[in-house]
Amino acid sequence: MGELMVGLYVFVLATLAGREVITKVPPTLHTPLMSGANAISGISIVGALVIAGHAEGTLQTVLGIVAIALAMINVVGGFLVTDRMLAMFRKR
Amino acid sequence: MNAEMFIELVYLVSATLFVVGLKQLQSPATARRGNAIAALAMLVAIIATVVDQQIVAWTGVLVGVAIGSLVGGFSAYMVQMTAMPQMVGLFNGSGGAASALVSVEEFLSNPAVVGGSTGVTILLGTLIGGVTFSGSFVAFAKLQELMTGNPITFRGQNVVNGLLAVLTVGAGAAALGAFGVQDTLTAFYVFVALSLVLGVLLVIPIGGADMPVVISLLNSYSGIAGSAAGFVIGNMVLIISGALVGASGLILTQLMCKGMNRSLANVAFGGFGGTAHVDKKQIGKRPVRSTDAEGAAAELGYVNSVVIVPGYGLAVAQAQHELRKVGDLLEARGVTVKYAIHPVAGRMPGHMNVLLAEADVSYDKLFDLEQINDDFDKTDAVLIVGANDVVNPAARDPNSVIAGMPILDVDKARRVIVMKRSLAPGFAGIDNDLFYMDNTLMFFGDAKGSMADLVKAVRELA
Repeated sequence: MGELMVGLYVFVLATLAGREVITKVPPTLHTPLMSGANAISGISIVGALVIAGHAEGTLQTVLGIVAIALAMINVVGGFLVTDRMLAMFRKR
Repeated sequence: MNAEMFIELVYLVSATLFVVGLKQLQSPATARRGNAIAALAMLVAIIATVVDQQIVAWTGVLVGVAIGSLVGGFSAYMVQMTAMPQMVGLFNGSGGAASALVSVEEFLSNPAVVGGSTGVTILLGTLIGGVTFSGSFVAFAKLQELMTGNPITFRGQNVVNGLLAVLTVGAGAAALGAFGVQDTLTAFYVFVALSLVLGVLLVIPIGGADMPVVISLLNSYSGIAGSAAGFVIGNMVLIISGALVGASGLILTQLMCKGMNRSLANVAFGGFGGTAHVDKKQIGKRPVRSTDAEGAAAELGYVNSVVIVPGYGLAVAQAQHELRKVGDLLEARGVTVKYAIHPVAGRMPGHMNVLLAEADVSYDKLFDLEQINDDFDKTDAVLIVGANDVVNPAARDPNSVIAGMPILDVDKARRVIVMKRSLAPGFAGIDNDLFYMDNTLMFFGDAKGSMADLVKAVRELA
């Protein structure tokens, strides 16, 4: 089985696992869920690190740095804003 | 165990932690820890990558990390809770752009030999990331009111979009060397540009009221874009976490569509309405009974149970804090107070809950539609603030334009008080029969002012 097929298997199974976990998140938490999931999609930081670390030539170096910066905005901003929101959910 | 295998195992730990973190979001009590676990998972993945890759261009990497962290952190601390949808839109856009750039770089590093399934993967990564990026920025501009929130439509829009899609596929094929194209690099740049234009065209026909759906959908895209980048560089943790986000966004999209009783296609291609057969001149012409702060306070203060229904008008008026004060004062008088939240009460899924949490309303008093609808016939009084279509009983009439839309059954309560500026219709453009019912009292005025008056009036009750 080629790498692409393995990837597809993983993708489909992860989607199903995600579905199971996320359908049980209560509507009250849907905004933090979205911003938290959003932060997770910043996982492309891994890809950005891989390409930027090996970039050759000016264009690729610049694009790599931009990719890292954008992914980090997504990651840092996403997790922090989610934490800020969740801290407000209190039971009295 | 060799080094490569070790790194793979660390990535597996990271992917597992993402799932565990999301799982903890199932309860408000554990959610904060869940978010921290997901952040830890991200840190683990980043460290594994840095250790694994013999990074040569350290300066650039550190500059990128520093800029991104500062911008992201600053925005996260400054943003107002009412502005959360556009903030998420911006973050979505950055993530999508980062994913797209990963694919772009992969293509640029060797445009001549890219072909077959690798080439297709790269193009898909570029396309999805590009659409997410430009689409999210248009959504941001709409929500931030930098451009009109109304749908932008023109004749033959769907034809233009279809044509553009065909062109994009053509440019993609050319970038892979089809049609005997030699200059694949130029074809690729055209492909990138078309992807960005496509993202813009997909979002402009969608109106402000439909933004919860769009934000959810773009959230899903940003995940799939991450997955696509994972396919491009052959990294499982990207594929897995991208898929989790994709699933999350899709579920929320479906919920939002259900909350508005519309299909995704209907939202995407615009045209909410059928308002043609609504006689607009008749709206607000029937007699209503109105009340003032003292009257409303008397209706709410001497009963056993009150349900408060907040709509987006409340958030626009920034009256959440006054509302919570009313709730607190009523509880101090021995009234049971609950808050009923419609799925599309805010500008994104769960938005109203966050706004009330910010105003310090305890989360165990927030109820969603399914949880509370059976309670209304046992409720003494309902206080509706800045909500309209989501409490319109016309949804039960099969001939109405909002037929079948899930609504809060507030009309079943003994007394209904509607705090609203006027009898003007909501997004659906139709009259609300609730306003004219015998058990309804209209409390006209701006939500903030009215709510402040109500706080005073409840306080002065004997």
